[in-house]
Formats: sequence, structure tokens, C-alpha cells
Amino acid sequence: MEGELAHIGAGIAALGSGAAAIGVGTVAGNFLAGALRNPSAAGGQTATLFIGIAFAEALGIFAFLVALLLMFAV
Amino acid sequence: MADDAKAEGSALEFHPMDQFVVKPLFGDGDVGLFTITNVTLWMALAVVAITALMVLGTRGRAIIPNRSQSIAELAYGFVYKMVEDVTGKDGVVYFPYIMTLFLFIIFANFLGLVPMAFTTTSHIAVTAVLAMAVFLSVTIIGFVKNGPGFLKLFWVDAAPLPLRPILAVIEVISYFVRPVSHSIRLAGNMMAGHAVVKVFAGFAAVAAISPLSVLAVTAVYGLEVLVSAIQAYVFTILTCVYLRDALHPHH
Repeated sequence: MEGELAHIGAGIAALGSGAAAIGVGTVAGNFLAGALRNPSAAGGQTATLFIGIAFAEALGIFAFLVALLLMFAV
Repeated sequence: MADDAKAEGSALEFHPMDQFVVKPLFGDGDVGLFTITNVTLWMALAVVAITALMVLGTRGRAIIPNRSQSIAELAYGFVYKMVEDVTGKDGVVYFPYIMTLFLFIIFANFLGLVPMAFTTTSHIAVTAVLAMAVFLSVTIIGFVKNGPGFLKLFWVDAAPLPLRPILAVIEVISYFVRPVSHSIRLAGNMMAGHAVVKVFAGFAAVAAISPLSVLAVTAVYGLEVLVSAIQAYVFTILTCVYLRDALHPHH
């Protein structure tokens, strides 16, 4: 029974990946909105874009990590 | 798990995670510390491919570069500009290390896309070593360059005084969590993408949906090529960001 509950918990923890997807979408969408207003400044900011995406994604990775721990370590 | 799927009459001919099994290259003994496995083979192939591109490609030193020399120069210039832009002039000393990381990860990712290949970067054991090497070297560089002043990284001067201890705790946690997210990001993306390709490939066994399945595999494969390049880029640029923090710990 406990193992099954851990699997349910892993599924709930995986919802965090979806939340991270919202965050990544916000970053990319706002970058695009800014880039279309000032296209000449957009080229120099792609590194910032990817760093922002990586940091937003990191929290989704923690949710994934919790899911993995529940699946295999608990 | 694979047996369960078959027992329930599922259409899956093979389990999508079978491709990530580490097995010995010769014989079928246990995998020990020094066993030559498929991971060893594909890592060695990545190193051979990089050497072929960078050493043999640039051997001619032609003024008008041929194809392989153009690619080698493009890769060199791309990483050099990234290191210079993100870490500044004093970070260029560490360019060879970052170039090595970038080339190894992008070649391992691309070689993993070859059919029947093994994706070495899909294993947390591989990416964790890369990420821990970055984490340890960045921490050591930070203390060597700045002495105890490196701890200023955790003490945010820009914040109001009552907030600073709380921020310091958060900064310390986020600092030590870096290698975790750094390694799992790469391994997770590689593993998930390749598993998705195999899941769609498994549907090809059902005659009714096999044309759709082939289309889906093609589309996901195209996406995976993009993801392979982007994840190598992200890993490298995060290394540059961590290095910048070590060289200039003042916010």
C-alpha cells in the first residue's frame, strides 16, 4: 500500500513540471514581446533568455527529482 | 514493467526504457568499475569524433577553409564569444575547459541520436560527474581568486539589512543545489526525449496507426536534434554564469 501511495505522490509531484512549463513560456513569450518592439537589441539578449529559461526550468527539475525519489528511493 | 505491458495485450514490442540499459560490451558478466560497457564505447566514439573534427579538420590551416575547417572554426568562435560575453575578459583563461565541455556534450547528444546508439548523457552518473567537476572547480577558483571575499556572494549588499540573513540562507541553498539542477537538466531532457521517440516507434507495430507513428517519430526526432544542441548550449552557458559568479562575487 505504501508503495502505491508513493506512486500517487510521484504523479502529483510531476505536476510541478507543468508549472515549470508555464514559467518557461512566460520567459520566452516576454522575450519575444520585447524583441519585436526593439529587434536590434534582441540579438545580444539570447544568452539572458537561455539563462532565464534554465533558472525557471530548474524548479521543475526539483519536482521531477521528488517524483524520481518517490518512485525509486521511498 | 515490460512484461506487464505485454501481458495486458499492449502493442508495445519493446520497452521504451530498454535503450538506457548499461551492459558489458564483451560477454554478459556483471558491470564492475572497470568493465568496458556500451557507455565506454559511445564516450570513446564522441572523443574520436571531436578529435577528428578539431585536429584533422584544422590540419590544413587553409585561408579559405573547407567544410570541416569551417565547422571547427564556427564551434571555436561560438564558444569563445560566449565565454567572453558572459564571464568577461578574465574568464577567457578557462576557455579550453568550457570548450571541452561543450564539444563533449554536443557530440554525445548528437551521437545518441544515431539509430541503435546509446546516449551517454542520458545517465545522471555521467552528467553528475560533469556538473560536480564544474561545481568543485568553480568553488575552488572563487576562493583562490577572492579569498574569504568569495563569501560576499551569499551576502546581498543591495538588500535591506534585516532581509540579508534570510537571503543568505536562500543563496547558500541555491548555491549547493546548482550541481543537482545542472546535471539533472541535461540527463532528464536527453532521457525523456529519447523515450518519447521509442514510445512512438513502438506504435509502429500496429498497422492501422503506423503511418501516423512514422510521422510522429520524424517530428519528435527533429525536435530532439534541436533539444540536443540547446541543452549543450544551456549546460555551457550555465558553466560560464557560475564562473562569472566565482570571478566577480559582488552583486
